[in-house]
Amino acid sequence: MRRMRRSLAAGLAALWAMVAPAVADTTLLNVSYDPTRELYEAFNAAFAAHFKTETGETVTVRMSHGGSGKQARAVIDGLKADVVTLALEADIDAIAEATGKIPANWRDRLPNHSAPYTSTIVFLVRKGNPQGIHDWPDLVKEGVEVITPNPKTSGGARWSYLAAWAYASEAFHGDEEAMRGFMGELFRHVPVLDTGARGATTTFVRRGIGDVLITWENEAFLALKELGPDKFEIVAPSISIKAEPPIALVDGNVDKAGTRQAAEAYLAYLYSPEGQRLVAKNFYRPAEPAFADNADMARFPHLKLVTIDDPLFGGWKKAQPAHFGNGGVFDQIYQPAR
Amino acid sequence: MAAELSGAPLRISRPVRRGRSATTEAPAVRVALVGLVFVFLGFFLMLPLVAVFVEALRGGISAYLAAIVEPDALAAIRLTLIVAAIAVPANMVFGVAAAWAVAKFEFKGKSLLVTLIDLPFSVSPVISGLVYVLLFGAQGFFGPFLDAHGVEIIFAVPGIVLATIFVTFPFVARELIPLMQEQGSGDEEAALSLGASGFTTFLLVTLPNVKWALLYGVLLCNARAMGEFGAVSVVSGHIRGLTNTMPLHVEILYNEYSFAAAFAVASLLALLALFTLALKTFLEWRFAGAIAAERAH
Repeated sequence: MRRMRRSLAAGLAALWAMVAPAVADTTLLNVSYDPTRELYEAFNAAFAAHFKTETGETVTVRMSHGGSGKQARAVIDGLKADVVTLALEADIDAIAEATGKIPANWRDRLPNHSAPYTSTIVFLVRKGNPQGIHDWPDLVKEGVEVITPNPKTSGGARWSYLAAWAYASEAFHGDEEAMRGFMGELFRHVPVLDTGARGATTTFVRRGIGDVLITWENEAFLALKELGPDKFEIVAPSISIKAEPPIALVDGNVDKAGTRQAAEAYLAYLYSPEGQRLVAKNFYRPAEPAFADNADMARFPHLKLVTIDDPLFGGWKKAQPAHFGNGGVFDQIYQPAR
Repeated sequence: MAAELSGAPLRISRPVRRGRSATTEAPAVRVALVGLVFVFLGFFLMLPLVAVFVEALRGGISAYLAAIVEPDALAAIRLTLIVAAIAVPANMVFGVAAAWAVAKFEFKGKSLLVTLIDLPFSVSPVISGLVYVLLFGAQGFFGPFLDAHGVEIIFAVPGIVLATIFVTFPFVARELIPLMQEQGSGDEEAALSLGASGFTTFLLVTLPNVKWALLYGVLLCNARAMGEFGAVSVVSGHIRGLTNTMPLHVEILYNEYSFAAAFAVASLLALLALFTLALKTFLEWRFAGAIAAERAH
């Protein structure tokens, strides 16, 4: 009996050793969206080394990735994020409104509207560009199949949609009727609407559906790198949108966990020369191009970019309900492909 | 369910008759039917299973091992084992208690209890997960109270364990109830009349009578506990190296274009399932006599 008890105790101790995580001095949780996985894997390692030399403390940064809206919901429901790095301003606003853990003026607390990197929307086509796709009007040519996720659920897809809208506005000189006609025609060429950017990429590259994928520039570069430059090529349209994925400190959580110092250093490091270099290396456009390697910067195509604050859109607060709200423009122009 | 497949029923077909009897189909029909079943099984069960292993080993054996000893993968394996180690015994205790109550006693609300036991089977796992978020999430019923006392349930190990227990709730009880009902309470009454206490009767009479069915229930429960995706996905928070179980880790790897690594971890899950199945088959073969006796009891 005693032997049994002893082995039971040993078993419990072993179990506990497995449950208890490796204790680091500080652990931060960065709740982010899907396509940033590779960026933060590299950045976290660099930051941990930097923090160690600066303060002598060990910091471990844990990651959680998912669709931007879903991740915001998780933080609202109690996921203990120290920092959030999401795809859309509206998602961080939602956390601020629902929990009060982030002050309403969060966008003004960090440089460049709290966006240390930006990206844009480009096309990914199959090698050799068999359908001859060079710009937006080519997407609505007879027989072209377009892959893009659902703007109702995907942050990236909203940027894609708005980029197309910006093109239509320019092409049709602001004639709303014609612009809607173009958008309706565009979405008639979409055979499936995935729920997220990564899902759409997988549909295009793995399942081989569609002739062109409208996606984040960083996502297109990554697909090229991971799956082979001999299979796909990137096409930059004549006009696109400047997407600004924002970051924020979750004050309510860091003050409770006592991680404010490390979390602030973490976000600040994104703006540092090393942070900006890693940003560019991972296919995001850095806020300070001067800090990036020239070779990395040379990869980005030059194209005309409009911003969400352009009068055409009037900022997210106006564009979101007008285009993506129930009964908004997207609902009016979209009919599932037959 | 598993017990019904074994032993006695198979023996009915034993007596060989010459010529066609009224209950036997023509040989051609039999061959066609059996062939059809094998083609169907091959297509829908074997082919996907083989594909998992082929994909997993595409990058070679060293890439396969590297994917499994990677820290996040190890953490996911560890978490999956911990969750199963808590959820399975909990449901074993509950399942035996519930089956005992349902099969050996008459009480009001019994049919309601049986229906409730089946609830997790009929509810979508996503809903099961969301229910816990509604209860224990920061905006949920107990959220503010838990937060004030520093208790973490959702987006931590306890939430994952709770969700897993919920979805694997019925396995043991479902396995035991029909068998115990069939056996009746004659043995227990005999033991009690000979002066055994209630607990002794349970331990020495009831439990041994159902031990094989219990084992099946536990094996099935374990397989599901390790494989659960939907409910766990909702309450996990997807923190790498902390709250990702094996099925969640497979999805993450797949989304990161690490297809070989995704299939490597998936193959581990498949191996666990195959091992469970092999164990079950072995036990059935080795103890066929004892199992048949339990059924006939």
